[in-house]
Amino acid sequence: MAIEYADLNTEWLMDIVLATLLTIITAATPLLFAAIGEMVTEKSGVLNLGVEGMILLGAVTGFAVVHYSDSASLGIFAGMLAGAGLSLVFAALVLGFQASQVATGLALTIFGIGFSALLGQNLVGVAYDGLPKLPIPGLSQIPFLGPLLFQHDILVYLSVVLVILVSWFLYKTRYGLILRAVGDSHDAAHAIGYPVIWVRLCATLFGGAMAGLAGAYLSLAYSPLWIENMSAGRGWIALALVVFATWRPWRVMVGAYLFGGITILQLHAQAMGIGLPSQIMSMLPYLATIFVLVLISRDRNKIRLNAPASIGKPFHPTT
Amino acid sequence: MHPVLLSAQNMTRTFPGVVANDAVSLALREGEIHALLGENGAGKSTLVKMIYGVLRPDSGSLVWNGKEVSISSPSTARSLGIAMVFQHFSLFDALTVFENIYLGLDKNTNAENLKKEISAISERYGLPLDPDRHVYTLSVGERQRIEIIRCLLQNPKLLVMDEPTSVLTPQEVEKLFQTLRQLADEGMAILYISHKLDEIKQLCEHATILRDGRVVDSVEVVNETAASLAEKMMGQALSPSLDSIAPQREKLMLLVNELNADTDDQYGIRLRGINLQAYAGEIVGIAGVAGNGQEELLKAVSGETLLATSSMVKLNAVECGKYGPNRRRKLGLACIPEERLGHGSVPGMSLKDNALLTSFKRLGLLTRGFIRSAAAVDFTHRIIERFDVRYRDHQSLASSLSGGNLQKFIVGREMAQNPDVLVVSQPTWGVDAGAAQTIRASIQTLAGEGSAVVVISQDLDELMSICHRIGAICAGRLSDFYPVGDITVQQVGLLMAGAESLEGDGS
Amino acid sequence: MVFGSPLVAFILTLVAGVVLFQIMGVNPFDALYAFFVEPLTSLYGWGELGVKATPLVLIAVALSIGFRAGVWNIGAEGQLTLGAICGGGVALLFYDVEGFWVLPLMIAAGIGGGMLWAAIPALLRTRFNANEILTSLMLTYVATLLLSMLVHGPWRDPDGFNFPESRIFSESATLPLILGGTRLHLGWIFALLAVAAGWLLMSRTIIGFQVKVVGEAPAAGRYAGFRVRRVIWFTLLLGGGAAGLAGLIEVSGPIGQLLPSISPGYGFTAIIVAFVGRLHPVGVLFAGLLLALSYLGGESAQISLNLPLAVTGVFQGLLLFFLLACDVLIHYEVRWRSNTLTSTRSG
Repeated sequence: MAIEYADLNTEWLMDIVLATLLTIITAATPLLFAAIGEMVTEKSGVLNLGVEGMILLGAVTGFAVVHYSDSASLGIFAGMLAGAGLSLVFAALVLGFQASQVATGLALTIFGIGFSALLGQNLVGVAYDGLPKLPIPGLSQIPFLGPLLFQHDILVYLSVVLVILVSWFLYKTRYGLILRAVGDSHDAAHAIGYPVIWVRLCATLFGGAMAGLAGAYLSLAYSPLWIENMSAGRGWIALALVVFATWRPWRVMVGAYLFGGITILQLHAQAMGIGLPSQIMSMLPYLATIFVLVLISRDRNKIRLNAPASIGKPFHPTT
Repeated sequence: MHPVLLSAQNMTRTFPGVVANDAVSLALREGEIHALLGENGAGKSTLVKMIYGVLRPDSGSLVWNGKEVSISSPSTARSLGIAMVFQHFSLFDALTVFENIYLGLDKNTNAENLKKEISAISERYGLPLDPDRHVYTLSVGERQRIEIIRCLLQNPKLLVMDEPTSVLTPQEVEKLFQTLRQLADEGMAILYISHKLDEIKQLCEHATILRDGRVVDSVEVVNETAASLAEKMMGQALSPSLDSIAPQREKLMLLVNELNADTDDQYGIRLRGINLQAYAGEIVGIAGVAGNGQEELLKAVSGETLLATSSMVKLNAVECGKYGPNRRRKLGLACIPEERLGHGSVPGMSLKDNALLTSFKRLGLLTRGFIRSAAAVDFTHRIIERFDVRYRDHQSLASSLSGGNLQKFIVGREMAQNPDVLVVSQPTWGVDAGAAQTIRASIQTLAGEGSAVVVISQDLDELMSICHRIGAICAGRLSDFYPVGDITVQQVGLLMAGAESLEGDGS
Repeated sequence: MVFGSPLVAFILTLVAGVVLFQIMGVNPFDALYAFFVEPLTSLYGWGELGVKATPLVLIAVALSIGFRAGVWNIGAEGQLTLGAICGGGVALLFYDVEGFWVLPLMIAAGIGGGMLWAAIPALLRTRFNANEILTSLMLTYVATLLLSMLVHGPWRDPDGFNFPESRIFSESATLPLILGGTRLHLGWIFALLAVAAGWLLMSRTIIGFQVKVVGEAPAAGRYAGFRVRRVIWFTLLLGGGAAGLAGLIEVSGPIGQLLPSISPGYGFTAIIVAFVGRLHPVGVLFAGLLLALSYLGGESAQISLNLPLAVTGVFQGLLLFFLLACDVLIHYEVRWRSNTLTSTRSG
């Protein structure tokens, strides 16, 4: 009798741990998409502060398309397209008109918040079941590890593949090398004959598409519904994650899971009634962002050696 | 005699307001080292940029191997067999030597073979380089080697080198010359751009001399002396005279005493054990290859970098190592940094604001924090008149001035404050001959009036002609100083390469 | 010339607005009328314009000084919230006290609160090199949560039926009105004073000169003997103080109590105001009025045409996009012209 009771308890504990870990994965995935996209953009020397705006536009577009077409893949694709579309506006202003990257990025966020709210006015309160889970045959049957690692929706798998691909692209391919070179010195790259603007345009569009994907994940999988401003600062946290990761793909992943963890743990702590006002707990992800930024940035040389040297600087092609 | 490889005929190129090249012709033979000689602004760069396809000529033709060609881009030039090493390198600091070379070649390059080719070429021509090192860790000379190897990998028939020695020590120059001679012996043509006469005497067989955009003469170098070349290049013989100024050894104006300064910049240089004296009426020269601590030294003396102890710098016998720039200016110091735009001046601000930049305290241009605008305009006009700065009005932006005019303005701004001590870095770098002359003359005048001047420069000829004593900076250490009459250019070269003194040196 | 691009940008925004309304199936001219004309057909409307412009102008004047120095304080919304918390806290502390000193004390507390909040990014930037854009923005979320915690908890009105709002401020804790028949209050005078002070600071004093030099060329600033750290501190504290004052003005003026949400994004819109005003105090005044009108227009269009409030944000974002584009076009032409005069130095 006593033994049975203990078994039950362990099982119950395992379930809790599993559920928590699973929610951490879903919380980390949108951050991972947005941050890895922004990292590639920044590697090419462009600082796009409009991540928050692109996430929101991706979220509302993805949700709307799924609502009207009932096709999840179409929705995901539309979300990416919306993010990329908004980043195209950014690229036109910054690369074409050589406008200030900081100012344009802020404009992108302000516009994105307003525009997504406008688009989504009829979608508030509409329900959606969420993306279907795709258990991997065989592997998903492994106790504990199966449900943890192999019973996710398509986008979670994709996010991991994405990290591998980006890492391979940046460090193993010639085009990745060109992208890093453009981010290091656009003048030298231009002098050798590489199309700086074109490379940056591609990197910016990729960043936008990934932010849009992050948005689509939020509105289709993380909390399948649309609310105004539902990204709640995740775009900014993604920007901080890139710094935290010192512009390396695998560290972006670690950072995203760390922040996913903080987000979820504070939610659980709130649910368990830890005795502190819920608002204090909700502050945690933001405070943690500040904390890691300080931790990484305090070593100036670390930042200088890893940050793309021409980040944020406008490129004026001469002769 | 080898056949003609490239001939440029009547090349003309105008920019708004100026004819940079006026019917310039030049013939280059295989295996020949051909000098393109001229002062700054004579039109050398314009000509080679047209040859390399960076600029299009307004008229004129290029004949390559007997056929007329149109070179519309650098890649056309490269496919013909023309390679160029620019004065400003196109390198990526954050990438490795190998990645830099790889990026400079076309996309079908096989990475594995390339590694072997790089080591083969670097061995053959005496250009040692570690392919796995990151560029930011390399010296300027090593960076130049990357550019040269990049060029050689394309098997060019013509190698264009734009002022390659301005960043090298005399010893590194000698090594470079060996490489170039070897390449010429193998049949490569080399177009060597320079304004340094002794180098051309040493290296080149033939010289085409440009002045004000025209070819003044085309000569066999053996038949010329340095003096005759100089006369052709400048139009008149130069006669620097400095003997009239006598340093007053009893009046020590600037004393730098065992100065150490760390840097928080990864690319920066740590200054160690710097000792320097400058007396009233004296001009002291500091030679050195770029990036050996010149900028850091200037900042440490100017007060931009605050020092650990106040005794490290003394101005007029006042210890001021812990003073900021403006307190040091009050003690009679003026400094002119190397970088004109963005350090010595604010590019996007007016001349009046730029005049104010260093003078507001020393000249009392403030009342209770408010700027006395009329007085600042007056001061601006005084600088402009005294130094003949070409400008539109005092609202003109600093960035709208040409390099020479802006440098005259900055030098003028500091001189017009009658400093007791002037420290100036690269006073005539990239400045046309006329402005350079004005600036050097004004430095000598200042010393003649009893001020102490420290000139930091990469231009050894300049230092040898205007200084009383000379030393060199290398890797953040300053060598001993020697009277200019007692030291040869080769000996200064040893100091530039890191010798602390010439003790025990036979020559 | 300088103010040419905001004008062109505004016209382009109107054109985009026509297209947008057409797509939404609203008669564009009705909509534009509701947006830009209807709010100003009464004296009360003009008063409201001043009420909305007050926080925008106050904050934008200070932010534009920071932007000139290259200090990107984009967390003014959070500093505004802290100003409201600190100033409002004083009001709640003395809710049953009458006295001429209550309001000045609240103002001091509001400014102090905003400064305190801005001091955090300043410290983190100067001490630890942490990017002030991200830190100041993160603190905005923290400030909003802090306010929410207070009005849900300890500062909730004991007689307020459990609604998350504080007591209504007493007479002594409320800003006096300055124009009969409107809600225009003393804060508007503060905003005008801020414009004058900002102009004097930037065009006449060595402090303004320092700010401009450090922003244009930090190395030249150090050469001139200016301390970049000090400029960072100065501009952040100035921005924080102004935002804090604006927050206090909101709660002791038009709102009159503390609520979970006290600003429709004034701190963010002020960034647009600063740019549209060419980072110049007088320009900021006009830009502030223009964007204040966009808030009023949004409300009026919501009432008369049932348009969503989010249109305001879209307009504001569009205006900034067009401004940035026009700016560069005009700037280009100037640079191109001056190039033809000076591009004579090519070796």
